[in-house]
Amino acid sequence: MVDYVFERHLSGGILLPANKTTSTSLPIHRGFVPTKLVLAIHQHRGNAAEPVVAIGERVLKGQTVAAASGTPSAAVHAGTSGWVRAIEERPVLGGHGVRPSLTIVIESDGRNERLRDDDALTWPTDIAAQRDAIRAGGIVGLGGAVYPTADKLATPVPVKTLIINGAECEPYISCDDMLMRENAAEIVAGTLILADVLAAPRAIIAIERDKPQAMEAIEAAAQAADDARLKLAEVPTIYPAGGEKQLVELLTGEEVPSGRYPGEFGYVCQNVGTAYAVQRLRAQREPLVARVVTVTGGGVKKPQNVEVPIGTPIAELIALCGGYNEGVARLIAGGSMMGYALPDDETPITKATNCIIAALADEVRTDMHEWPCIRCGDCAMVCPSRLLPQDLLVAATTSDFAGLHTLGLQDCIECGCCDVICPSQILLTERFRIAKRSVAARTPIPVTSPGQD
Amino acid sequence: MRFDQPTAPHARPIVSVPVIMRRVLFALVPAMLCHTWYFGPGLLVNVALTASAALLTEAVVLRLRGRPTRYALRDCSALVTAALLSFALPPFVPFWIPLIGGAIAITLAKQLYGGLGKNIFNPAMVGYVFLILSFPVEMTQWLPPRMGDLDYQPLSVGEHVSYVFTGRLPAGLDVDAVTRATPLDLVKEGLRADRPFAEIRGGSLFGDFGGRGWEWVANFIALGGLYLLYTGTIRWHIPTTFLLGILTPATVLYLIDPSAYATPGFHLFSGATMLGAFFIATEPVSAAGTDRGRLIYGAGIGLLVYALRTWGAYPDGVAFSVLLMNGTVPLINRYTRPRIYGQR
Repeated sequence: MVDYVFERHLSGGILLPANKTTSTSLPIHRGFVPTKLVLAIHQHRGNAAEPVVAIGERVLKGQTVAAASGTPSAAVHAGTSGWVRAIEERPVLGGHGVRPSLTIVIESDGRNERLRDDDALTWPTDIAAQRDAIRAGGIVGLGGAVYPTADKLATPVPVKTLIINGAECEPYISCDDMLMRENAAEIVAGTLILADVLAAPRAIIAIERDKPQAMEAIEAAAQAADDARLKLAEVPTIYPAGGEKQLVELLTGEEVPSGRYPGEFGYVCQNVGTAYAVQRLRAQREPLVARVVTVTGGGVKKPQNVEVPIGTPIAELIALCGGYNEGVARLIAGGSMMGYALPDDETPITKATNCIIAALADEVRTDMHEWPCIRCGDCAMVCPSRLLPQDLLVAATTSDFAGLHTLGLQDCIECGCCDVICPSQILLTERFRIAKRSVAARTPIPVTSPGQD
Repeated sequence: MRFDQPTAPHARPIVSVPVIMRRVLFALVPAMLCHTWYFGPGLLVNVALTASAALLTEAVVLRLRGRPTRYALRDCSALVTAALLSFALPPFVPFWIPLIGGAIAITLAKQLYGGLGKNIFNPAMVGYVFLILSFPVEMTQWLPPRMGDLDYQPLSVGEHVSYVFTGRLPAGLDVDAVTRATPLDLVKEGLRADRPFAEIRGGSLFGDFGGRGWEWVANFIALGGLYLLYTGTIRWHIPTTFLLGILTPATVLYLIDPSAYATPGFHLFSGATMLGAFFIATEPVSAAGTDRGRLIYGAGIGLLVYALRTWGAYPDGVAFSVLLMNGTVPLINRYTRPRIYGQR
């Protein structure tokens, strides 16, 4: 019998149309081999990896093409066999949008040849060495934050609880749901490896209530694993329950202080995809060369989840899913709440890409009139950080830096809940992002009051 | 292929200002019909006149301020102000009363402060208070309900409308013959004259809880309020503490001396209690902005309403109470900010 952990309090949040079922009717498409890979050497937080291959060299699937450099950092590997055709700057989506960044371009030879067993990564029995293996395996947080997992496993205080995040609260995204349905045993095994490395006395796998099939699969796998450390939690279907700090609040009742990380207080959160990648590294001796990506939206012909080699150009992935439908207006990397709108489909899938939405114009917010704020306070009701966005808006439009600090601008997690609930349809989150940049640069905040037209 | 690149979130907003305003108007329709059933066409005439004045003034002042009118006139906020003001007006007033009221509410309370979202005071209540201070005689021309068994012959629709626009009544009738004191008036004067409450409410204008007819209008207003709560247009904090703010002193004092104080039920279903709780005090712009602040704000209005009704000069006190509490909103907001996640 697996224990369940009961949910505690969650501040704010909003119930959104999930838009997930369109991509969960088909099983995960596996074994896709693209014609080329564009591998950014910097697709994680921390230091960029250092290229260790030369132009013209033949590489095999699983081979390290860029090694981790300092901490935090993570290695980058080839996802299929082929030749290194270029090491050059190409546009890649990173933490600051699409920017030219150094990439290793591999032309696939179509043979998808694996690294020979003698050359493949080994999984050490020594627990301290397992962290280095995870680092060499290029594993990073696959929930979207891409923080190098090995570095996140080095906590300054003893770990109280490992939280495996399978909430997947953001609309459209279903890659974690599908992975839990199909690879529950591997996820549970990976969870136990992470718990070993962390010496965590408790590991909670948290899944939102709208994923009963995933929950059933994970529960069965956890029962089979029969480990007293394993607990399950069914969390409410509300966005952003899967935010790291929100999930800690929801499962433990504790709040992570402003500007600090859960790891500093004995809580380590890892995504289910990350746990899966760790188990794959141990069992298959395969580094992080692929991830599950949800391809969905009204603008793509055959929405589904695909296990995609990292570095696959998005255009090839869309082609695999039947191509675009008439009227596709926006291409979003990520979900509809926090995702980034891509200029084109030339950029590659990175370790951070959990979802590609090809959206029709009526699925997304397009140019809309903003009314003046009527101070209804619904934004404060949904804010998971318990901020007062209506007051922050006034402080931002008047460049009131002291006010912004008191009102907690720095604690805004940019989840976008306030934008969606706002009856005046004010672009609050974008104004707060601009305000944060201006505060950092100590320049006046270039945002206008809504309702001026 | 190129795509557009706006920033996140990409999800569409789930509601808009005009939708919210239309919900408020929609929520008032049953009460409007009920009011018309009991008191004749007066309310509908008032709504038409205040709405025309409000929209026209809004357009003129926006032009004078050099502001665009395209969205401002279509957001239905002026119509909500007009409808709420109309409920506060007696149903039997000359046409210039609603016209002035609508114009004052929009100019003085709304546009002079900067338009939608900027008003410090509730526009409908500013319009009402302006009228009751300026035209006390016309503003007390209330009608009795058309209940058939009262010793009273109601005017026809034609006669009513003719009075509104020309000031003329059918031969042999004057305004005093047509209008009546409201139940709140009767209770106030009766208690002042040391008549026991039970005797006062034995009069023909009184129903089960409040005034005959009036209490049914109050029921339908509460029904509209429940609809607003159900649709998330308003939240529970202000109506709850508003009603508790009236009920608590009313119950305590009534239990102490049932002859000298009106019943809690009378307070609940008389005057503008329900309208105030669900439609006036919940006007978001001039109300407190935090959850805790709204509890305080609602309770403050409720207590003031009871105090003004019981010891003040006017029979009802919703308008003055709301305006007084509007003035305290910056202070309430300042001291009721929620604790931010992860901060002490």
